[in-house]
Amino acid sequence: MTRDALERVFRTKYGSLLASLVRHAGGDFEAAEAALSDAFVAALEQEVLPDRPAAWVFAIARRRLVDRARRRGALELPDDLASPPVSEAPDDLVIAREDFPHEDDRLRLIFTCCHPALAPEAQVALTLNALSGLSAREIARAFLVSDVTMSQRLVRAKAKIRRAGIPYRVPPGGLLAERLDAVLTSVYLIFNEGYSAALGDALVRRELADEGIRLARLLVELLPDEPEARGLLALLLLQDSRSDARVSPQGELVLLEDQDRSLWNRSKIDEGLVELDRALAARRAGPYQIQAAIAALHARATDAEATDWNEIEWLYAELLRRQPSPVVALNHAVAVAMARGPAEGLALVKRLVAEGALEGYLYLHSTRAELLVRTEQLGAARAAYRRALELADNALERRFLASRLERLDG
Amino acid sequence: MRYMLLIYSDESHYGKLTEEENETLMRDYYAFQEGLMGAKAYIDGARLHPTPTATTVRVRGGKRSTTDGPFAETKEQLGGYYLIEAPDLDAALGWAEKVPTSRYGSVEVRPLWEME
Repeated sequence: MTRDALERVFRTKYGSLLASLVRHAGGDFEAAEAALSDAFVAALEQEVLPDRPAAWVFAIARRRLVDRARRRGALELPDDLASPPVSEAPDDLVIAREDFPHEDDRLRLIFTCCHPALAPEAQVALTLNALSGLSAREIARAFLVSDVTMSQRLVRAKAKIRRAGIPYRVPPGGLLAERLDAVLTSVYLIFNEGYSAALGDALVRRELADEGIRLARLLVELLPDEPEARGLLALLLLQDSRSDARVSPQGELVLLEDQDRSLWNRSKIDEGLVELDRALAARRAGPYQIQAAIAALHARATDAEATDWNEIEWLYAELLRRQPSPVVALNHAVAVAMARGPAEGLALVKRLVAEGALEGYLYLHSTRAELLVRTEQLGAARAAYRRALELADNALERRFLASRLERLDG
Repeated sequence: MRYMLLIYSDESHYGKLTEEENETLMRDYYAFQEGLMGAKAYIDGARLHPTPTATTVRVRGGKRSTTDGPFAETKEQLGGYYLIEAPDLDAALGWAEKVPTSRYGSVEVRPLWEME
């Protein structure tokens, strides 16, 4: 089989093939994975590409699973007697209809990968590995951890699924809300890892952001009546629409208000706005829809001055009420500063500083510095920028903060 | 599958309960165990005497050492357990949530290592 054609199958079908094989393996991830990778290897060895390569790979993988089950069921027989050698000829592909991969399988897989009994970093890694077909090595590169660490994380998570009996299913009604949250969070983390940090390999980062959007799209397709899934997709599209404007050609970070809005991706904005409207039509607002609504207000403003900060402030207040966290409170303070003046915003920021929960958070100090500049307290502003600079862990942020500081000194 | 529910809490808590609170707790445990039995999920379970009754044994270099107290000093102590039968982890977590001590202590859920 030609490598290119097979790679296409791998890229587009890996998740659904694995999802369905895990079901056939009775929830055994490792067995399903081994069967699938064997099948891809077998496919590579074929001279010609079968008509339906995905179905071919699936059939071979399924047969591997059946063999394995047979071997296990006949322990008294030596392996080679219990399992006659399998012909890899693609002509005897008789698969019952219900055995084919179907949409529910991918949904089952994503809910299993994001089971709250798994650590959040394991959920994210497992989702990328199982649904997107990224290797441990690729995920390690994206998350800036060693290959060994990432492989161990994946192996442990898969072993826990099997040993602890994490069920391979979409959770029933009572559990769905809690579990859907975990799924949405994982997808958001995947996107954000690609979008927000400027560290590491730019290309890998781009892939992660795209993968996050692809997974959000999949969730919408699988759960069309969940407005928060749609809200998440809208949020990701709207944020991503700005990715070309976030960094200048000289490689400097550009704040939202200074961005060249002609660089914003119109088609992503349009799609994001449509998805948001459809989500809001269900009249069950949630954190992702609210954040998407905020992003939409930025997207709709023709320039920074035209931004409806009153509406944004109101939305952040609503988000804070539903999701009280210091980071949301900081965003709310910024919106207050923009809507009602820097002094009012600064008062809220000072309260956050006093609480101390965000002491190690760079954006607390950079926001405070910015508001101090706007209220003409330059000495305190310098100190706040210096503290932010100490906390910055990537070159883009450091350069940005250093230039702000220089401007004050100059 | 078989799961062990390990029930941890600050054992000094029990000394501070009023008689009435203590009775409520006992009733809640009784009801919980009835629930397990009714669902045919109950295998075994017991409350343990508090850690001052514990003795810890270690063998090092073939030599036994015996010490007074639990294996480690922790904020919450193992105070009891249930051994249950459940179809999967979600079901086991559902039982763990219903253990009365989960309201102030912690319940650790561990699958049993089954011999294949």
